[in-house]
Amino acid sequence: MSRRSRFVAGGVIIVAAIAYLIWSGVSQSVVYFVTPSELLAAPVPSKTYRLGGLVQPGSLKWEPKSLDLSFTLGDGKASVPVRHKGAAPDLFGEGRGAVVEGSWTKDGYFKASLILAKHSEEYKAPHDGVEPGYKELMKTLRGESK
Amino acid sequence: MIPELGYGATVAALVLALWGAAATVMSARSGSAALLRSGERAAVGAFALITACIALMLYAFLTFDFSIQYVAINTNRGTPFYYRITALWGALEGSIVLWSWMLSIYTLIVVVQYRRRQPELYPWVLSVMLGILAFFLLVMTIPAPPFERLTPIPPDGRGLNPLLQDSGMITHPVALYLGFTGFTVPFAFAMAGLIVGRTGEEWITITRRWTIIAWYFLSLGLLIGGWWSYHVLGWGGYWAWDPVENAAFMPWLTATAFLHSVMVQERRRMLKLWNLSLIILTFGLTIFGTFLTRSGIIGSVHSFTQGSIGIFFLGFLALALLGSFSLLASRMERLRAEGVLDSVVSRESMFLLNNLFLVAAAFTVFFGTVFPLLSEAVRGVKISVGAPFFNLVNIPVFLSLLFLMGVGPLIAWRRASAENLKRNFLKPVLAGFVAAAALRAVGVANGLVLTAMGLVVFVASTIALDLFRAVRARRRSGDGWSAATWGLLLRQNRRYGGFIVHLGILVVALGVAGSQAWSVQKEVTLDRGQSAELAGYHVRFDGLSASEESNHAKVTGAFTVTNRGAGGDVLHPAKKFYPQDQSPIAAVDYRLGFFEDIYVVLGDFANDGSHATIKVQVNRMVSWLWMGGFVLTLGAALAILPDARRTA
Repeated sequence: MSRRSRFVAGGVIIVAAIAYLIWSGVSQSVVYFVTPSELLAAPVPSKTYRLGGLVQPGSLKWEPKSLDLSFTLGDGKASVPVRHKGAAPDLFGEGRGAVVEGSWTKDGYFKASLILAKHSEEYKAPHDGVEPGYKELMKTLRGESK
Repeated sequence: MIPELGYGATVAALVLALWGAAATVMSARSGSAALLRSGERAAVGAFALITACIALMLYAFLTFDFSIQYVAINTNRGTPFYYRITALWGALEGSIVLWSWMLSIYTLIVVVQYRRRQPELYPWVLSVMLGILAFFLLVMTIPAPPFERLTPIPPDGRGLNPLLQDSGMITHPVALYLGFTGFTVPFAFAMAGLIVGRTGEEWITITRRWTIIAWYFLSLGLLIGGWWSYHVLGWGGYWAWDPVENAAFMPWLTATAFLHSVMVQERRRMLKLWNLSLIILTFGLTIFGTFLTRSGIIGSVHSFTQGSIGIFFLGFLALALLGSFSLLASRMERLRAEGVLDSVVSRESMFLLNNLFLVAAAFTVFFGTVFPLLSEAVRGVKISVGAPFFNLVNIPVFLSLLFLMGVGPLIAWRRASAENLKRNFLKPVLAGFVAAAALRAVGVANGLVLTAMGLVVFVASTIALDLFRAVRARRRSGDGWSAATWGLLLRQNRRYGGFIVHLGILVVALGVAGSQAWSVQKEVTLDRGQSAELAGYHVRFDGLSASEESNHAKVTGAFTVTNRGAGGDVLHPAKKFYPQDQSPIAAVDYRLGFFEDIYVVLGDFANDGSHATIKVQVNRMVSWLWMGGFVLTLGAALAILPDARRTA
């Protein structure tokens, strides 16, 4: 074996090893994006999905003591109940888009390990005052801190 | 008035850049000095006009000129003074202006530095740089005009994205863009070298030097980006393999590869074709990175922009890569290697391996970033490959690189004898094994951590051994220890600058390994007066208070933190409510420590302040990232200094 071909062979082996790593990395860690109707059409329990949809108004429940968060993600055609352990992240709220990562359980709900809230891109015209809920909040807090 | 002036200046700068690019090419072909001078004046003019654009933009921001859409979107009357300045590069249009401005500054530096010293390469270099500048000015003219009018004029603006209202955002984009645009200089010299047919000694010195400068700024940008992610985003991490981070990491990897392989070209006159390819690739990746981050093609936590700009960048990228690689192909004959590889056990082959791994890492990052897009475009299936993919593939690659970092600088060129190997590596290898065994004995069980830390000790020992021998040799000529060390660092600044960069990387590696393996966190709801315990820390919830800031309202929690009964520091994590945003954002509070940080995020709270949900993290060895980063930039700065041996 000439010196040159020895170098080439060594390089090929390393490249092949890295290619194998990439291939196995992708097949192990690829996560499919699904909508609620796609998920419900063929749910595979304990397979990891990313589920994207709209947080249905009125569905959000939060138990601070037990850290149980539950809500429903919908896409207009179907809706999926989601449960999560922990407070909702910033940018998360009813009537807004969210993507959750987790898996479908046999008990008929989606167990989310991660919530990715979507940042809104839309331009909101400046307006007086902000959401009334927030004003109330500031008032109560002021009263408390005095 | 400002929109018209700004638009006029942009178009005029575009015309000047185009003319300059053409004039310098004509001068190179005809040898006309008048045309070359005209091209130089065009470069100066373009710089002046872009500076005027920046000045107009700043004026509009500082005077709240909401007739300009960009100002109205990225600021409001409550925005503090310095964020009105940084709002300039807070979104797409402004960042392109900043980019063009930096590029025009680099162009001026090239004019001043090389008009006399490199008469042959210079016209082509200037032409390439002005051509690229023209592209960015075109982007400023058509798809992303920063001076777009807004009618009717709103009474107040929307305001800068709250996440960007942080000191990290003052410096992060500036450093990052200085890095990105800096790679244009070596690229321009690569093109000029290919056209003229000169890629010799001086050409190597220039491209190497400019690559280090750009690499220095890009490293700084990546580090500040990690710091921003850590202390603003509130998830306790510094790197998420987010496409935007990947966009900046890929050119860093290929530039790092170039900085190593260029030494082989310098020493052995080999790898010329490979080095040119790396320069082209690095430049291409900076354009690709801008495309990724600024076209809105990937929805990610960093991407705040959407637009039709993508097609411009893809077109330019295709043009640049096609042009430069066909130029490269047409010059293949002249780029034959003059040396040959003698042995597998030699510094050349260690550098080759290093390059193979660095490029493989860049490809992995590229693949993981682009694969989801391709899958969606081709198969219509939306997928994501997250951090697990990048970690799985890159951990072995980076560990191999760490090993090579110890071997490469000390192994002999051409062919290493058994004697050379024993003399340089026996003690360091032993040190590495002893360190790993000692850690195992004190209870570190994680195999990856043990491997990483053993390798770090191995590499650190090779550096220490080399430095010790060199200093001892100098001491024989009569210097004291400190004089000998300083003299060595300054006289061989390239070699020891490189070693200091390596030391910085080692400290960063320890930080990454330690923080990944040993950080702990918990989420808990506390009543007022109640405490939670995590890793010896007790966190007590003392209450909430509300306050009104200039452009937002804030609810702040008070949490008393004691560590194993000691201390009594009060942390103030908060939620900020920006009127322009529909939901609040968290403001983390933390105490940084040498071995561990305590990090508290306010998640949710009762409006009456009776209870609050928090995330508490004890993040271990994260500070080592910032310390290692600091060491790394020091080393890079030392390596940038003029080579003492050459100038002396």
